[in-house]
Amino acid sequence: MTDVANRSAAASTPGPWPDTLTRVPFWAFQRDDVYAAEQSCVFRGAAWHYLCLEGDIPEPGDYRTTFVGDAPVIVARDSDGSVNAFENRCAHRGALICLDDKGKGKKDFACVYHAWTYNLKGDLTGVAFQKGVKGKGGMAPDFKLSDHGPRKLRVGRLHGLVFGTFSDETPELETYLGEEITSRIARVLKDRKPVVIGRYTQGLPNNWKLYVENVKDSYHASILHLFFTTFELNRLSQKGAIIVDESGGHHVSYSAIDRKAQTTNADYAQQKIRSDSQYKLADPTMLQGFDEFGDDVTLQILTVFPTFVLQQIQNAIAIRQVIPRSPTQTDLNWIILGYEDDTPDQRLVRLKQANLVGPAGFISMEDGCVGGFVQRGIAGAPDEQSVVQMGGDNAQSSESRVTEASIRGFWKAWRGLMGYRS
Amino acid sequence: MKNLQNLTFMIARAQADYARCIDDDRLEQWPDFFVEDCLYKITTADSQRDGLEAGIVFANTRAMLRDRISALREANIYEKQAYRHVLGMPCVLDENAGGVRSETAFFVVRIMRDGTSDLFATGRYLDHYEIQNETALLKERIVVCDSSRIDTLLAIPL
Repeated sequence: MTDVANRSAAASTPGPWPDTLTRVPFWAFQRDDVYAAEQSCVFRGAAWHYLCLEGDIPEPGDYRTTFVGDAPVIVARDSDGSVNAFENRCAHRGALICLDDKGKGKKDFACVYHAWTYNLKGDLTGVAFQKGVKGKGGMAPDFKLSDHGPRKLRVGRLHGLVFGTFSDETPELETYLGEEITSRIARVLKDRKPVVIGRYTQGLPNNWKLYVENVKDSYHASILHLFFTTFELNRLSQKGAIIVDESGGHHVSYSAIDRKAQTTNADYAQQKIRSDSQYKLADPTMLQGFDEFGDDVTLQILTVFPTFVLQQIQNAIAIRQVIPRSPTQTDLNWIILGYEDDTPDQRLVRLKQANLVGPAGFISMEDGCVGGFVQRGIAGAPDEQSVVQMGGDNAQSSESRVTEASIRGFWKAWRGLMGYRS
Repeated sequence: MKNLQNLTFMIARAQADYARCIDDDRLEQWPDFFVEDCLYKITTADSQRDGLEAGIVFANTRAMLRDRISALREANIYEKQAYRHVLGMPCVLDENAGGVRSETAFFVVRIMRDGTSDLFATGRYLDHYEIQNETALLKERIVVCDSSRIDTLLAIPL
């Protein structure tokens, strides 16, 4: 009884939250009530969530199913070319409406349970035996189809990406993203036809926010990922920067070849970081890419709050969609991209560089386990706090990548939606 | 056609050696099961069916296989773990001058340092073997995992 009371009390009065962006209480990664509150405040709240690529559903009648947080969602292209998204939940008794990951040539969706039928916009169009049989049974005469239906998402489309939001309060997608983030998405996707060349899921043994923190954390990249550093894909002495948008929730981390600077190993040697080994590849062709953006930017990691990642690591382009499964389980959906006009040689480069990412990725492998190391590390310390103080206490753009500003930005945006006050 | 029994035996022997090599943590010897100009790919049944080219692992030279092992030994960070491969009987699909094509089911248990033993992967090897001096060497191994979800990370090869 006391437990139940405590739980509901905790759910109704979350916090207290520290009076600084530099501390994060570990219970935020552990508690069931926080997870439940996130579902309504973040995943069904005023935020945009990646649903699919336009190219996944090119023709009328094409559809895909995905998730926004826990909520199963159908994305379908209607005969008028519009892209529609609605809950994959029958308005009758709540069963999944669609049981496939994807499909083509769909005219409508019929729930298998009692054949309630929906069009491609998610409108309820039919109820089996609505008028009963032989004048008996059936729905009441005042039952209106239009009063019932799965909740619909607003859909936003940008450079081939399809986002959805449950909330009417979410600003328009481009306003939500802001100019800097929008232009960095455009850099990778505008006027190009991305094609999916690989798809798989990595199950992460940790809270979804630990993965998002990891993606936003440029501080760890050259320390945890020896492979990255040794091959000078991401020496911090390269030129680069962190962009954090005004909301704090979105970020871009990039690095570019600094053709003027002489990279020195001295800084790394001083820190006694493992990155100093003399490791060489037997087949260096994996790292021989081509300059497809014409700007010497070898790495651009971009996040859209809360759970979308667009990655360019040399010629390895990918979307990562973060799907929470429980307070301590997360699915990371990898969507590896090429472009329709890739030459065979360019495509081969992408296949080889795909080795850098994913569950077996030379540079992503550690990100799959490090969140679990934190989740296990904090198991007995819900009231202790992480220290997110590198580079100061603000959540602003920075020319140095030795900063945790974009992590602080994430918490700023997250707290805003969750209503946590210090 | 060479004696089917003989071919099946040669492939089964090569695969038994292959599995022991990985499970015994003799990973430096793993590339030796392949010819120099080889293809090794780990993919999923969905990707295979949909014709998606990019794998979870992709190597088109034996040198890339060596790089994978040296990265595991020298660069990548992961908790101590081991595999136990259990392979089905190889099914010889085709034989011609270029070699032998076969398919073999596998399952792999992953044993973590805390003792947790989980069924990590099930699937099938789609292989193209070259027979040299009564020994079967891999020209191509496509590891098709039945599931599209990989738990945490895939460090050691399948």
